[in-house]
Amino acid sequence: MSRFIERHPAWTFVFFVLAILLLLLVFAVWPPGLVAVMGKKKIFLNALLNGITLGALYFLVASGFTLIFGLMRNVNLAHGSLYLLGGYVGYAAVELTGVWFLGFVAAFIIVAIIGVVLQVVVFRRMEGEDLRQTLVTIGISIVLADLMLWYWGGDFYQILTPDWLSGPVVTPIISVLKRSTGDPIYIKYPTVRLVILAASIVIGVGMWLLLNKTRIGMLIRAGVDDRDMLAANGVNVQLIFVVVFAFGAGLAGVAGVVGGTFQSLAPGEDIRYLLASLVVVIVGGMGSIPGAALGAVIIGLAEQFGSVYMPTYSVVGTFLIMVLVLAFRPQGLLSMR
Amino acid sequence: MALLDQTPANAGAAQEGTSRVGQWLARVHPAAWLVVVLLITLPLFANSFILIDIFGWAMILGMIALSLMFLAGYGGMVSLVQMSVAALAGYMVAIFGNSAASEISLGWPWWATLPVAIIIAVLFGTISGALAVRTEGIYTIMITLAIAAAFFYFTRQNYTIFNGFSGFNSLKPPEIFGINWRDHVPFYYLILFWAAVSYLVVIYVSRSPFGLALQGIRDNPRRMEALGFHVTAHRVAAYTFAALIAAIAGILLSWFSNQISPGTAGIGPVIDILVIAVVGGLSRPIGPFIGALVYVLLRTFSLDVLEAVGLDGSRFKLMIGLGFLLIVFFSPDGLLGLWERWKGYMARSRNEFDPLGGGER
Repeated sequence: MSRFIERHPAWTFVFFVLAILLLLLVFAVWPPGLVAVMGKKKIFLNALLNGITLGALYFLVASGFTLIFGLMRNVNLAHGSLYLLGGYVGYAAVELTGVWFLGFVAAFIIVAIIGVVLQVVVFRRMEGEDLRQTLVTIGISIVLADLMLWYWGGDFYQILTPDWLSGPVVTPIISVLKRSTGDPIYIKYPTVRLVILAASIVIGVGMWLLLNKTRIGMLIRAGVDDRDMLAANGVNVQLIFVVVFAFGAGLAGVAGVVGGTFQSLAPGEDIRYLLASLVVVIVGGMGSIPGAALGAVIIGLAEQFGSVYMPTYSVVGTFLIMVLVLAFRPQGLLSMR
Repeated sequence: MALLDQTPANAGAAQEGTSRVGQWLARVHPAAWLVVVLLITLPLFANSFILIDIFGWAMILGMIALSLMFLAGYGGMVSLVQMSVAALAGYMVAIFGNSAASEISLGWPWWATLPVAIIIAVLFGTISGALAVRTEGIYTIMITLAIAAAFFYFTRQNYTIFNGFSGFNSLKPPEIFGINWRDHVPFYYLILFWAAVSYLVVIYVSRSPFGLALQGIRDNPRRMEALGFHVTAHRVAAYTFAALIAAIAGILLSWFSNQISPGTAGIGPVIDILVIAVVGGLSRPIGPFIGALVYVLLRTFSLDVLEAVGLDGSRFKLMIGLGFLLIVFFSPDGLLGLWERWKGYMARSRNEFDPLGGGER
């Protein structure tokens, strides 16, 4: 951070001004002129909050994807299927037990086990053959998609939130002053989304701590840099691969439960989230956890603001961001390589 | 379509031929002549369903997969954007030519519409290629997949040009030289002609200096760069050439299915083209056509077969997926690879009793 300030003082100033402007937009009461240009403050704030929470969900999906890629150089194009499967498993678990939290546990465990099977049965046999692995994962995703369609059908599923999480919470952000009395009206926002946002931040920070402060994290980072050297040092690299694959797959499963809670589960969602994680990691930088976080927030915000301010082309906007990043910084925004 | 036999045994026999064309023709495998004769005489004994819905469709899909095979097999770049290029060409035919959506279609004559459609689609393919060649290997797959997805969403949400979700209907081939190309037999020969042309051109280009340089770049880009070849330019040019084939196939596809809509280039069809090319085999240009024929046969008859053995007919995707998975898992070079392996196995077992034949076993 401090090195960045020393190196690019002008950019730092620009970012600083932008941050102040954003804070003003969020917390100040909007003058009528601004409302005339941008619409109501409530719409803007809702798009902002929705974008950030959607980014949190994207981060959960994409971080497992990027972790697996960074360590194993393996593009797991079945990641979207793992997401959807996690959602369905979570739904079944919540229906069975009635406990929301158990959905996450079940999804994580079952999808992680499937991840272990994939790594041991499929990927270990074709290590280093990028194209073949990619093709095999495409085949797996086709098969999984049809199996899930077979079992769960084409209906929409929504995982019900527990009572203490449903309903809105009042945030300390002023929406508008009442015209008659001048009393402030505060923004209300669904509790469950804020909880999920907080959980994602906790998971993200936890992953960062795990990767940077623990022994297994050190081994994983060494594997990302040079796995042959790590193996030569007597570390069981295959075991680390299995652990990372299980963890990344499990995260996708957890993300499926999250997605099933504040959106819905249906066939086709697997491809949607696969594409979202592709774009997120291309924008953020392949194999980088902070990159996945940055990319997820950018893409989430772009999607939500796009759907509010130019509804026709919101999806195209996210791809435009990807193309711009590719054109000017092909390795991604926060990639080391 | 010719199966070119590359064994040196036949090359010796060819030296008696006087002209180069004669030499070349003599190298063609007899089985390939059989296929050529069969395809040309097919309208004599096949009904319109087999003619158009099986062979016609297979050849169109084969052409699109051929453009992918050219990029992947000779250039080492697996591009998923070829289906979108084809669909864009179909869209352009609908927009500049005639369709049911008369408020959008401009109604140009065919000699203006077709070149413009092909040029625009080739431009799109070239630009996508220029973006994709900034990356390598698996990244190329992801970026082209993302471009294809963007194309799909854009055409679905844009109503002013692409007519949104419904797309364009009643696209028909024009009447040229007094022949009604909508009739089954002329349309079959039209498809056969373009499929054969693109097949032969791909073979020709793969042996031209450009194609050889491209294969050199596939094997070792750094060395080719050191030899003075412009690596990026060759790669982008390969995308342009592949886009040309895909564009022609796209126009035929829009005439074949009578319509063009976002679903034509949805994520499913985009992946299907990759499946076709990989199942057929990426090492030789005949592979995509074999893969396309297998795909079309599965697609058309798996429902009946599944129901005949008492299974749910709607599970044909599962069959295609499992078949694809098995082939990729056990034979990285698709059906062609399986065939080569079987041939090698037969040759070895024949040599077993020959005391002078290779004694590896």
